[in-house]
Amino acid sequence: MERRGTRWALGGWTALVVLFLWAPLALIMVYAFNKSNVQSWPIPGFTTHWFHVAWQASEVRNAIWLSVQAALLATGTALVLGSAAAFAIARFRFFGREAVSFLLLLPLALPGIVTGMALNSFFTFSHVVPSLTTIVVGHTTFCVVIVYNNVLARLRRSSPSLLEASADLGADGWHTFRFVIWPVLSTALVAGGLLAFALSFDEVVVTFFTAGAQNTLPLLIFGYIRLGQQLPVVNAIAFAMIVLTVIPVALAQRLMRDTGVLRRGGSALTATK
Amino acid sequence: MAAGLDAAEGLTGKPGRPLRAARLRLSGFFWRHRWAKGLLLLAPPLLAFALVYLASLVALFISAFWTVNPFTTAIEHIWNLDNFRTLIDSGAYRTIALRTIGIAAAVTLTDAVLAFPFAYFMARVASARGRAFLFVAVLLPLWSSYLVRVYIWRLILNQDGVLNWMLNKVGLPNQHLAYTNFAVWLIFSYVWLPFMILPVYGALERIPHSFIEASRDLGAGGFATFRRVVLPLALPGVVAGSIFTFSLTLGDYVTPLLAGGASSQFIGNVVYSSVGISNNVPFAAAFATVPLIVMALYLTIARKLGAFEAM
Repeated sequence: MERRGTRWALGGWTALVVLFLWAPLALIMVYAFNKSNVQSWPIPGFTTHWFHVAWQASEVRNAIWLSVQAALLATGTALVLGSAAAFAIARFRFFGREAVSFLLLLPLALPGIVTGMALNSFFTFSHVVPSLTTIVVGHTTFCVVIVYNNVLARLRRSSPSLLEASADLGADGWHTFRFVIWPVLSTALVAGGLLAFALSFDEVVVTFFTAGAQNTLPLLIFGYIRLGQQLPVVNAIAFAMIVLTVIPVALAQRLMRDTGVLRRGGSALTATK
Repeated sequence: MAAGLDAAEGLTGKPGRPLRAARLRLSGFFWRHRWAKGLLLLAPPLLAFALVYLASLVALFISAFWTVNPFTTAIEHIWNLDNFRTLIDSGAYRTIALRTIGIAAAVTLTDAVLAFPFAYFMARVASARGRAFLFVAVLLPLWSSYLVRVYIWRLILNQDGVLNWMLNKVGLPNQHLAYTNFAVWLIFSYVWLPFMILPVYGALERIPHSFIEASRDLGAGGFATFRRVVLPLALPGVVAGSIFTFSLTLGDYVTPLLAGGASSQFIGNVVYSSVGISNNVPFAAAFATVPLIVMALYLTIARKLGAFEAM
């Protein structure tokens, strides 16, 4: 075990990092109630007026609706394609398997500007007009990787002999899926789906290159901040988004406790996010 | 095995249950021809991936060799190296490329230094409850909106922001940190820190305690154990985290645009304005190949260091 001094030093460092991570988030929560529309510190007084303004703005509502649609469609597609790929990689040995598993990670590992610019060239190339579909296609590329990683990590920890046992006991493919595969995978799918949804909902770097005239919520906020417009509304949206973040975090926490990821490690980035 | 399934099929394939019989026959077929199942599973994702993602990368490469007619702004499909020549000859673009790579490296290093002791404390010192709390402490910022987290720092670093207010309280003069390269570095380090903490934690957590005990039994001190047992085993986690921090910084234009100054342009910003403002897709594509090549080299090295198992 570490010496006492070392442990205190590590603890102190950890506390400082937590402060670094959280203090800015706490600050924006305060700014959301800023009475003035000048964003200086300290704020002159408190009001809930800007929440009302943000809620009433049709621009904001349309952007939220577009973002929700894009995130749902991208997540749905990713769940199907990502789990299929994970099954194939985990359960089958074939020529080029290593190469395929490497290629599938590219959308996550390559810089956003590369993915965005590549898709933009592709759409320009094939004369596709930017729309909700192109946004969804762009988001699906990295959402698939998220689901794939989550499902693959889970499959690696479960034994393939479960499937053989199920077949031996007379189950057909559907029964095996319903009573053997699904219980093993469901939490991984929920975790992967949640993360894919959140990433899609938040994406701005790639989205700029795949969206047309319509604004997703991040594109709208990006425009507001860049032009210095509607900053009080941005504060109110930021407050709402941080509060909503608590839901997936709490769910992820529960999933980790139920599946023992917290104790046994596992693939940290994929299984725990 | 297949014989067993056939027998089951015979038992249950009664006239009243044709659906079940068909399902069993299908299951039997896939059991006997495993490759068919594998192909069926792999084909849709792989086809979609090849038709969209790989095709896009190819389109990127091809359009990088085209040009835009300066008068009509139409893309001309004439193969040439003009875009790359401009990139290499121009000192400005070289500076931008070096700045992007330099800040990405600095951010990666900063995050590794911040994350390692944190992850170590989380994995090996903290109690179960402390660990659960620290998980939330990392996950909440990770899941929060990226734009919001960049924007907050603008409010902090501004002339009349929180930082200067605090400095004035303790009698220090105002600092002009907003809209500088320092701000860009700080914000990137803040935003990507969770992406470094989680893989490092995962790697540290997987080290069996018996390894450390064995090292101590063999006479190694705390530092020697750390350097020769813990660090080599944690390295794949650090490299995995660095893929995220490095790649995410390398491919960003939002933070430099929102929080950087006149001399904070990234590769991404040139690409962004080439597409959004001057409508020069070929030049943007040519410049986007630079982070692609840098990242390809980085991934090759990372793979050698075993980072892909830790992702």
